[in-house]
Amino acid sequence: MPSIENWILDLWIIATASLVAASCAMVGVFLILRRQALMGDAISHSVLLGIVLAYLLAGTNTLWVMLTGAVIIGLLTAWLSESLHKLSRLQSDASIGIVFTLFFSIGVILVSLYTGHIDLDQECVLYGEIAFVPFDTVIWGDMETGTDLGPRAFWLILIVFTLVALSIAIGFERLKTVTFHPSLAVSLGINITFWHYFLMTLVSMTTVASFDAVGAILVVALLIIPASSAYLLATSLKRMLWLAIAYSQGSVWIGYALSYWLDSSIAASIAVSAGALLALTLMVIQIRKWIQQQHYAKQLQSGESA
Amino acid sequence: MQGFEVYSDASLWQQTLEQLALFWSFEDVNATWVLVGSLLLGMSASVIGAFAFLRKRSLLGDALAHAALPGVMMAFLLSGSRDAEVIFGGALLSSLLGFWIIDWLPKNTKIKPDAALAITLSFMFALGLMLLSLIQSTDMPNKSGLDKLLFGQAAAITSEDIQLLVYVTSAVLITVILFFDKFRLIAFNRLYAQTLGVSVRFYEFLLALMIVLSVVVGLQLVGVVLMAAILLTPIAAARFWSHQLSYLLLLAGIFGALSASIGAQISYIAPAMPTGPWIVVSLSLVFFISFLVAPQNGLIKRYLDYRRLRHRVAQENILRTLHKLLERNHFKRNDFTVAQITALRNIQIQTLKQTLKQLQKQGLVRELGGGFALSEAGLRRAIELTRRHRLWESYLSQHADLTSEQVHQQAEHMEHILNQEHEEQIVAELMQRLSDPHGQPIPPKNTLEEQ
Amino acid sequence: MTDRSAIPLKVEQLSIRYHHKPVLTDVSFEVPAGKTVAIIGPNGAGKSSLLKGIMGLTPVIQGQALFFGEPLDKKRLTTAYVPQREEIDWDFPIDVMDVVLMGRHGQLKFWQRPNQNDRDIAEKALWDLQMSDFSDRQISQLSGGQQQRVFLARALAQQASLYLMDEPFAGVDVATEKAIIELFKQLKAQGNTVVCVHHDLNTVHEYYDYAVLINARLIAAGPVDEVLTKDNLNKTYGGRLSLLNEMTEQLYRSQLNQAHDQD
Repeated sequence: MPSIENWILDLWIIATASLVAASCAMVGVFLILRRQALMGDAISHSVLLGIVLAYLLAGTNTLWVMLTGAVIIGLLTAWLSESLHKLSRLQSDASIGIVFTLFFSIGVILVSLYTGHIDLDQECVLYGEIAFVPFDTVIWGDMETGTDLGPRAFWLILIVFTLVALSIAIGFERLKTVTFHPSLAVSLGINITFWHYFLMTLVSMTTVASFDAVGAILVVALLIIPASSAYLLATSLKRMLWLAIAYSQGSVWIGYALSYWLDSSIAASIAVSAGALLALTLMVIQIRKWIQQQHYAKQLQSGESA
Repeated sequence: MQGFEVYSDASLWQQTLEQLALFWSFEDVNATWVLVGSLLLGMSASVIGAFAFLRKRSLLGDALAHAALPGVMMAFLLSGSRDAEVIFGGALLSSLLGFWIIDWLPKNTKIKPDAALAITLSFMFALGLMLLSLIQSTDMPNKSGLDKLLFGQAAAITSEDIQLLVYVTSAVLITVILFFDKFRLIAFNRLYAQTLGVSVRFYEFLLALMIVLSVVVGLQLVGVVLMAAILLTPIAAARFWSHQLSYLLLLAGIFGALSASIGAQISYIAPAMPTGPWIVVSLSLVFFISFLVAPQNGLIKRYLDYRRLRHRVAQENILRTLHKLLERNHFKRNDFTVAQITALRNIQIQTLKQTLKQLQKQGLVRELGGGFALSEAGLRRAIELTRRHRLWESYLSQHADLTSEQVHQQAEHMEHILNQEHEEQIVAELMQRLSDPHGQPIPPKNTLEEQ
Repeated sequence: MTDRSAIPLKVEQLSIRYHHKPVLTDVSFEVPAGKTVAIIGPNGAGKSSLLKGIMGLTPVIQGQALFFGEPLDKKRLTTAYVPQREEIDWDFPIDVMDVVLMGRHGQLKFWQRPNQNDRDIAEKALWDLQMSDFSDRQISQLSGGQQQRVFLARALAQQASLYLMDEPFAGVDVATEKAIIELFKQLKAQGNTVVCVHHDLNTVHEYYDYAVLINARLIAAGPVDEVLTKDNLNKTYGGRLSLLNEMTEQLYRSQLNQAHDQD
């Protein structure tokens, strides 16, 4: 018999997961449209190094330290891949691959070297630890007497979600132009390099805020898959953003139910559900296409006979 | 600060060295097999990764490695066994499924190739993790150790695994040797290969199969997450050293084997350490060293070349300035002061003095009276440069319709790289010309002797 | 406002390279106001690169372009660029109206949204190109010619004085071709200048007043009747100067430009 306390725990988990999924979906829309899905993959891996270094160097896991560390490493990944591509004339996906595998490796090595020091292990790099999210809370005031404000991870992702949503709302028109047609944007005098790194900053912030909940790798699924589903259906950028958010929320609910039912990892189940929703969407589209073709074929036949 | 102390302990170092000695004494049969396996894997993965790289699909291996995970878990769930063959079969099947999805999505839907790669990679990986978490919540026997597939653990490899590893990697290497020409043709120019009647689809599938095989068989050693690097980084590093494919493959193979064996040794010394990240770090080290010091394209070489060129250009400019001064004085006096030189050519005094010193050392300029004069060798070189400069000006003005100012600017640069052969070609293309577009005489070839 | 009597576009000694290969060397010409100008040359002559270099879309290693006597950054609003159609993802979730409204972005700060006035201008531009009926269509549903007209409407919405177009006639239907010619007339009547990369030699006389002939370097520039001579066309289409090309490539490869100028 689930007690009220358990319900509250579940609520915190779902709220955190929802915000994570929604932030990822919004940022992911731009990654998909700008054909930078692989950069999203790379940054989400590299961010691990940023988090570990922030822990080791600053000795704390304060929200701001983690955010800063992750953003620096995220931007470094983007910049280094780009410079390597230019300097050594490697293809851009190859230079991305070289940079992020190195960063991620160093991150994993540091995690296994200093497991005792930092509150991280290989497990949570992979799955995140969303089930434990509610226990690491922010307390306002005194440790003993202060008020419990709820999970740290929740507040972190709430801040990032707000930042991402505000950035997109305010810079919507610019982001649209820069994404749709970079060379037009340049010819209008828009600084596309700025917007590129701005977007990379949003990606880094989102992945670090999602790290506690879903780990470093599953976040790729949340970045790319709901946005891809939305890409298949949307007719305008605004609609694509809403659709992506809708898909991401669907994934969270289905995934949570799935994990409850199968007793599997919550984060992995959410990512799998996102994939299942994409597959379902694709299936509907393919079937509709097939029916239309049949319809045309029939029309053609009747036209010939008449 | 406990952790730090442990790692700086002197006795630990000693222990490490002892273990390394043991590793290389080949007394531990298992360790020897792991070494052989990692060498073979490093070699085959790097070689097959090279073709993926040349086909511009560098991150295909990354996606295929992630895609293997659900197959492994499914195979274990269904069979309950951890036999090498069962795991291998499951991984192979799901990796191939991943390959098919990556291929199918961009061809049949709006989804673009990069997104298709990322979708497949993340979805299949999530599925694998979900199944793994499911397995771990059950009470199936010998379920522990499955998670070692994620980052690789050489120390946990069984002799059965090694056997399979040896077979598969050998098969991959032999296939590459057998079909080398076809693979090269397709990597170089796919469409052309098609016009030759080569079954591109078959060979592309064969190539993908080889990638899948290398990836799947290497999971125990390198792990799912970082397999991308062992396919990609060796060839990227090798590319700095050579332009010939056979050498490239050889080098990539050596780099891969070297790094894989380093990973294996570390795993032997510290069994709790994941192997994959260490392999990647050593590979990256090889890559960045290559990037810096490679004799043809390395950054350091490029910088040195550039510096040498700058010195030469500065020297040649001074030679030509001295010659111009000589002309202006109708060859009556030949020593000129620093002030006279700077009046004609915009150059910092400091640089000028340095350059003059260099020229003196080469015997092209002598210090004479209060100034500097061209030596005989210097004069010969200066005349040659002036001749090339003016020939180029004439060439441009006859063929390219430029003003005399534009012509001069281009010739200022070009004089430094024109050689004997070019000179003859210009003379042949020019209608007889004795003066440049500014009306100054083009010194004939053997001016010095005539004078 | 822009001084209409000033030279709308002046290119000075522009050089562009791709890796180390010289694409364009030392191209200089001027374009007179209120005319239509064709940039002509064989495939790979650097026509599109010239336009991109002028608009700052491709790095220029030397030289500059002046718009009404000033660098581009000061004259963005008076210059509209129409790129080739292949450049963008036509599956992008966006409708025709939104694409045309992008032409208004030069006037807007990044947080501003297009207002009613901007919408009116965009609608007028669509109407001018007979595309009003398509304004809520998603762009993937357009034919090639209609896509081109959307791009032209977007440029028109910029209300510029100088229009640079990269092969507007390439692969379009007859209706679109007529619409473009109509647009040229309208722009000229307002005193605007149009510069196009053009492929079809047969129609140069009909569509343009001026021609710029290039093949890796400038061959000739001037009124169509004067410039389109047999001699010039031979020079333009008769292959490049091999020695000049080879040496320019070596020059770039050796980084001599930098080495020389640092002294």
